[in-house]
Amino acid sequence: MSKRTLELEVLRYDPEQDAEPYFKTYQVPCENDWAILDALNYVKEELDTTLAYRWSCHMMVCGSCGMMINGEPVLTCKTFVRDLPDKVRVEPLENFPIERDLVVVLDDVMEKLQMAKPYIIRKDPPPEGKEHIQPRSALYKFKQYTMCVNCMCCYAACPQYALDSDFIGPAVLALAHRYNIDSRDQGKSERLDLLADHDGVWNCSFVGACSEVCPKNVDPAAALQQMKVDGAKEFWLQKLPGGKS
Amino acid sequence: MSRNPYVRPVSKTTWYMRNGRYRKYMLREVTCLLVGFYSFFTICALAILAGGSETAWNDFLASQQTGFWVSFHAAALIYYLVYMTFDWFKLAPKALPLQLGEQKAPDWVVIVAHYVAWVVVTLVVLGFAGVF
Repeated sequence: MSKRTLELEVLRYDPEQDAEPYFKTYQVPCENDWAILDALNYVKEELDTTLAYRWSCHMMVCGSCGMMINGEPVLTCKTFVRDLPDKVRVEPLENFPIERDLVVVLDDVMEKLQMAKPYIIRKDPPPEGKEHIQPRSALYKFKQYTMCVNCMCCYAACPQYALDSDFIGPAVLALAHRYNIDSRDQGKSERLDLLADHDGVWNCSFVGACSEVCPKNVDPAAALQQMKVDGAKEFWLQKLPGGKS
Repeated sequence: MSRNPYVRPVSKTTWYMRNGRYRKYMLREVTCLLVGFYSFFTICALAILAGGSETAWNDFLASQQTGFWVSFHAAALIYYLVYMTFDWFKLAPKALPLQLGEQKAPDWVVIVAHYVAWVVVTLVVLGFAGVF
């Protein structure tokens, strides 16, 4: 197994001691098949036990280890040493306040997540003693959006969220869209405020960075553009005689 | 332990210099200046035409045949095609996903449909303009 030494520049911030974050460099002897998360674990175990960062599954499922690696928002468990230069800069996800070191404050997105009502809303009860049948064609309409692991890399890539944190943002809006286009759901009108508001889809200027960085190949930019089409359709339908106000 | 989250500053004026992705986006969006210019340009041309003076109209047409204006219009057309038309057509499948049967149709189907529509509309406009 080939080894190499990585110069890991890690952004450090101790809220009780530091006025602002600073970079600290660690020399990390790495195996080439390590992920950056392994390198961070090496730092934590062998070089500096005070380093704080989030991780859990190490298999692209939990979405906890999202960080900026050389300026790109990625899952560190999916970013391999062999694909990176000898000098690697590790920073907490952009566009979020830094709680400590590589840990960011996600309270804002967690609150917005609830606004999206990310669950199936039914107005009619299911047929007596039967489940809702969903054809595969209906499933494939939204399936990609179910792959989101809430790693928030899309928020770190979104310049609109950087400039205006009132913007609901890519992952939450994509999740709302996922339920809106689920054939079993009847809650689209309840999510309309989220959709039609200025802080909703209309604040998206379609940079498309969210989709480019998504480690799970979800396409939030597509969801937002489709919601804009839906929103515009809804607006004009309401203008028609007999349209709902 | 007390909480004291650190908020990193974001520049409102130079945010797009942060990476190539943003710069490319700005190159696309700056085409709005061209749209603005050509709207103004068309209004000026219509005003001259509506003025009724054939000499003024012929002078205007002659002014557009100088090296500067021909180069400007050619550069504007290429810039617009590269950063607006091609880019938007590439993004069209995101807003208009097409499902054929169970699976989503490949993106190229929607993109090609846009190019076909573009050619048809162009031919119709040129037809009205008496080019054929």
